[in-house]
Amino acid sequence: MTRLGLLHSTIRGEEKLLLQAARERSVEIELIDIRDQLLNPDIFQLNFAVALERSVSTTKGNYAVQFLESQSVPVVNSSRVAAICADKFLTSLALAKNGVPTPQFAMVFSLEQAVAATEQLGGYPVIVKPALGSWGRLLSKVNDIDALETLIEHKEVLGGPAQKAFYLQQYVPKPGRDIRAFVIGGQTIGAIYRSSSHWITNTARGGTASNCPLSKELENICRQSSQAVGGGVLAIDVFETDDGLSVNEVNHTMEFKNSEAPTKVSISGAIIEYCLEVAQGSTQR
Amino acid sequence: MPTVCPTCDAQVVLPAGTELSEIISCPECQTQLAVKAVGDEPQVEPAPAIEEDWGE
Repeated sequence: MTRLGLLHSTIRGEEKLLLQAARERSVEIELIDIRDQLLNPDIFQLNFAVALERSVSTTKGNYAVQFLESQSVPVVNSSRVAAICADKFLTSLALAKNGVPTPQFAMVFSLEQAVAATEQLGGYPVIVKPALGSWGRLLSKVNDIDALETLIEHKEVLGGPAQKAFYLQQYVPKPGRDIRAFVIGGQTIGAIYRSSSHWITNTARGGTASNCPLSKELENICRQSSQAVGGGVLAIDVFETDDGLSVNEVNHTMEFKNSEAPTKVSISGAIIEYCLEVAQGSTQR
Repeated sequence: MPTVCPTCDAQVVLPAGTELSEIISCPECQTQLAVKAVGDEPQVEPAPAIEEDWGE
């Protein structure tokens, strides 16, 4: 029987669904709270064939994945995928390099360059995001140069080093919703609309989930996006635009507890089965 | 057996199927609590605050 190490910190609804899916498939799970670990290769006991990284902390999760990979344990997702997806600028670069439609973007380090980049991105409003961040936090829709000056000054004075790297993205008007697609090994297994009257549609910020029927266009852009970031288990956020679909972000430790009901897809089950395939070496991570 | 909320001293009963490290709410003061032990002697502590690198 394949033993799966589940790297976690707090146990969310997603981890409980994963545990249930594993039990239903008679997969033995070793729960590994990364906050309690001593990641020393001389003493760490490896009792599993594959690991699934589900840490809510990106920093700690990335270190744990790097550690396990150094011990020749395959991890879902790999450190390569995590490094790209954890950073919005690196994600945008990977998407653009591979010809995946994505909003225009720029990274700048000063107000002067932010003003210049905004003009190149089509003017105001422009979106300013932390390159490292999630759940829709600290996203700014900047409507004019006064607001841009204020935002950049606050970040320069109050922010840490990471907050002083300014990721700018073209503002894309949305029809009151965006699409979140669940993609495993390049295959789109389900998708939801995230609807909100606010321009931020994250469910963590109040967006509501409903089923999004799969289309060839969605499946194709998700497959391309998956290939661009290195595959694995991904949640891909997609805008609907007048010019077709456009990929906004790619998430590598996705949350899905509110998406199994509307999609009627066992996302947790698909993740467990993918981990087993990785353990058996029968799939491209 | 119930445990005690570290914030308001209310009795907290872990729902069936509660896992270690799961986050629950105190039924009295709504404080978010992290489960530190399950079984006959359950324990909870204040849940960690959200940090900048938390997310998906």
